[in-house]
Amino acid sequence: MASTLGLVLNYLIFPGLLFTAVFGLLTTWVDRKVSARVQWRVGPPWYQPFADVLKLLAKEIVIPAGARRTGFLLAPLAGFAAVGVVSTMLWLANMRGAGFVGDLIGVIYLLTIPSLGMIIGASASGNPLASVGASREMKLVLAYELPFVIAVFTAVTKISPMTLKLENIIAYQEMNGVLLGNLSCIIAFVVAILCAQAKLTYPPFDIPEAETEIMDGTHMEYSGAALAVVKVTQAMMLFTLPVFFITLFWGGLQFTGWGLIYTIIKYVIIITIIVLIKNTNPRVRIDQAVKFFWGPVTVLAIIGMVLAVVGL
Amino acid sequence: MGITNWGFKKSLWVFHLNAGACNNCDIEVLDCLCPKFDVERFGIKLVGSVKHADVLLVSGSCPRKVVPQLIETYEQAPKPCAVVAIGSCGCTGGIFKDGYNFAGPVDKHIPVDAYIPGCPPRPEAIIGGIVKLMGKL
Repeated sequence: MASTLGLVLNYLIFPGLLFTAVFGLLTTWVDRKVSARVQWRVGPPWYQPFADVLKLLAKEIVIPAGARRTGFLLAPLAGFAAVGVVSTMLWLANMRGAGFVGDLIGVIYLLTIPSLGMIIGASASGNPLASVGASREMKLVLAYELPFVIAVFTAVTKISPMTLKLENIIAYQEMNGVLLGNLSCIIAFVVAILCAQAKLTYPPFDIPEAETEIMDGTHMEYSGAALAVVKVTQAMMLFTLPVFFITLFWGGLQFTGWGLIYTIIKYVIIITIIVLIKNTNPRVRIDQAVKFFWGPVTVLAIIGMVLAVVGL
Repeated sequence: MGITNWGFKKSLWVFHLNAGACNNCDIEVLDCLCPKFDVERFGIKLVGSVKHADVLLVSGSCPRKVVPQLIETYEQAPKPCAVVAIGSCGCTGGIFKDGYNFAGPVDKHIPVDAYIPGCPPRPEAIIGGIVKLMGKL
């Protein structure tokens, strides 16, 4: 009973929903500040994402007459809850004193739920532009999930008693050096970052929520507190995906001494790569994106997997 | 609700609405949102959907056919929402006020909170108008 209550508190406060939401919003501030500096301007102050969320909570929620109200309002909440679970699992597996069982397949499944939530919510909006956004999001998910799963399983193949538990992956990296030291895992890491760009719907793959083409697409009919849930879910994904890649490829999070500094540096490097790709690329069309992910990126992922099987 | 008031002043999301303008004011609004003037420092961001908007930037004198669309778009914006009339046409009808299909300036149909005159107003004037609006909110 006590451990169940402990787990619930872990999910709700630390390191689950509240912790991930706060640090996710701070990471979106880092994203906006770096984007501003790249464009030679000053950029917003550090409290800007929090002001955005507070303002959204004060506005009224406008629901279109043709929308299915339950699906429309519940779907973003499902995505929000799923990202919270992934973050809890990753952090507890890294802190490891909790003896928590974290499973890699579960993480992969849960990371697709925010996209599915947006697809369902946009389809329930009753707006033709939102359904265009939903169909584009569906095609994008089909495109990037294939190389993403191949890249993640390249890391699993390198581990010699083959395991799917996160804590075993971290333990293996403690004994045998970080997985990024091998060529196959470097290739898998590059593929994973490209797929993360699409998973976060950041440019050049922000096709489902294109502002100029389909008026914010999947997010179009959301307003007020529902939009706040959508924005916070995106922020939490921006915080969770680099932590997932550090756990899988780069040795996991460390919390003592020099390890803490290295962890922060690794996290900042991954965020900076994602933000720089975001700022230097225009948006692509959906057919270009699908050809990109099923073409060169999948071939690269398969090369990485073959190298991992061969032993490199 | 002090803290949400603070959030509202620090983060204004603008939506641009063209109610029959000649596009000159729209171009100036676009200039205002470019990196040179950097309004993101103040939390101002351009949004693509009216359901995300806090401020409606309305430009243009309203011809008769635009009036129902103007009112419907204003009602779709979640309240609290401020309206800014940009340009002489938006404020008073400008040079089109004697036209055959002129149906009144913007504040005849929806409540307006700030007026920014000019034909077209410079981006500095637009920023000055938004800052005065922030003081009023």
